[in-house]
Amino acid sequence: MAPPKKNYYLALAGILAIVGVGLAAEIYQLQVGLGVSGLMHPVAWAVYITNFVFWVGIAHSGTLISAILFLLRCRWRTSVYRTAEAMTVFALMTAGLFPLIHLGRPWFFYWLLPYPDRGILWPNFRSPLMWDVFAVSTYLTVSVMFFITGLVPDVAAVRDKATGLRKKIYGLLALGWQGTDNQWRHYSSAYLFLAALATPLVISVHSVVSWDFAMSIVPGWHSTIFAPYFVAGAIHSGLAMVLTIMVPLRKTMKLEDYITGKHLESLAKLIILTGLIVGYSYIVEFFIAWYSQVPYEQAAFHYRAFGSYKVLFWLMVLFNTIAPLFFFSKKFRTSTFWLLAIAIMVNIGMWLERFVIIAGALSQEYDPFAWGLYKFRLPEILITLGSFGWFFLLFLIFIKILPVVSITEIKEEVRHETKEVNL
Amino acid sequence: MKAEGGVLGVFARLDPLLEACKRLRKEGFQDFQVITPIPVEEVQEILQKPKSSVRLFTLIGGILGMASGFALTIGTALDIGLMTGGKPIISLPAFVVIAFEMTILFGALATVLGLLWNIRLPRFKLEPFYDPRFSEDRFGLWVPCGADQGRRVQESLRSLGAEEVRFAKS
Repeated sequence: MAPPKKNYYLALAGILAIVGVGLAAEIYQLQVGLGVSGLMHPVAWAVYITNFVFWVGIAHSGTLISAILFLLRCRWRTSVYRTAEAMTVFALMTAGLFPLIHLGRPWFFYWLLPYPDRGILWPNFRSPLMWDVFAVSTYLTVSVMFFITGLVPDVAAVRDKATGLRKKIYGLLALGWQGTDNQWRHYSSAYLFLAALATPLVISVHSVVSWDFAMSIVPGWHSTIFAPYFVAGAIHSGLAMVLTIMVPLRKTMKLEDYITGKHLESLAKLIILTGLIVGYSYIVEFFIAWYSQVPYEQAAFHYRAFGSYKVLFWLMVLFNTIAPLFFFSKKFRTSTFWLLAIAIMVNIGMWLERFVIIAGALSQEYDPFAWGLYKFRLPEILITLGSFGWFFLLFLIFIKILPVVSITEIKEEVRHETKEVNL
Repeated sequence: MKAEGGVLGVFARLDPLLEACKRLRKEGFQDFQVITPIPVEEVQEILQKPKSSVRLFTLIGGILGMASGFALTIGTALDIGLMTGGKPIISLPAFVVIAFEMTILFGALATVLGLLWNIRLPRFKLEPFYDPRFSEDRFGLWVPCGADQGRRVQESLRSLGAEEVRFAKS
């Protein structure tokens, strides 16, 4: 939280430029219409929905680390959870943009909300798309509350060190926290309940996202394992994103003492686990397609592996299931270069997975007469790029104004580790 | 009658602080406060205060959320009365998803509200006895008492190893 240096401003300027390019592409798309993107019959869902699923997925591992590992009393989570939680919030703020961008006429998005209407028109709650609205907005609200609750004692510590205007601002953000026994008593209880509520929530959110597909009758989306498969994939990509952020962050902010090699290793081990689950899901998906004896389903999967998108499919298999296996070797797990390289591969692989599932299934449904191929066009590429810029922009601002490692929990950790009673 | 002032002890180590808490309780003090930079379970054990009532807020919020989730989905479905996709108007399995999300949403909102209500936050002014060191590496013990008791408390805190003891107005 030191005053920014020149490099910080350079990075900020670069990222702002990327966001600007994305914004320009979006304005262009708004002016001309959704037709400027490659979206057209039969592939009406492609890059934007892929981005949506991708970013919601990224969000998941933040909650895994902050809530589930908290309930499991996993000590190593302490130094990484603040960053992971921030990532959850920012990834959701990015994900939330995509259904709106995808709408083509985003000014009608409020039609999705249940408000009393003159014509007694209500949203159809039998539709998975409505579940999505509720799941994602609940997830965003709860993540933000969880994030802020965790921050309050830390911001109070910052307030006590700051002077002048900064002291006033942090004082307001700290809500007047003083750390009395009464406050801690209620705080610990509330934090525990928030974690307990966030845990089933995170599992439900990506299940609901997967049902956007699995509830339909499109061949290629029939598999009943979609919900757990998507949740595992979400955590897989999210953990990779945590590594992608953490490795450069700890280097540039000199946090090696707090975020040690051991923490990164633990993350890498979790990636092995999720990678294996994802790999298993791929196999089971193909098995179910074959075992179902439904020709449409079989054709869809044959098309996925050997059709127009076969390069993307095999890249996905390579990046998501083969690459993480290298983490079995300690050499790869402890080298920051390989950690970062494999994490980026998994990120790309998971993006491709969503794309292959979505666009691949839609391009060849039942009727060969209605088949079509989706091709990328410039606007959606720029908007996707812009979304990465937006995500990292939020992150850059975050690392300058809030403590990236939980001050309070690190102190608790020191106490547990040294078994000493003084700090 | 509420005391006008009290004694503030500043401790550098936890053991003497816990010792002081125990002694104060034995001497009959009830409303003293412990200020720590981290949650300390031992303090809660010594003080023996009732369990936080935040859990009640969570429960009520959750139940309310589930009820309103079902009310919203069933109510609107009945209101519009339109059958779609060959599914019954009241399709409970589909509505469970909405009810579940609203259970979590209301439960979490109620938890945060319960927390703020219980600890009386947000507040704009800190207590006069608050010291910025309490968020860093020092533990504080605030004992509200009159001037007559004050001297005795001061001495007992000092003898237990408090780094700094002073009388302050509340």
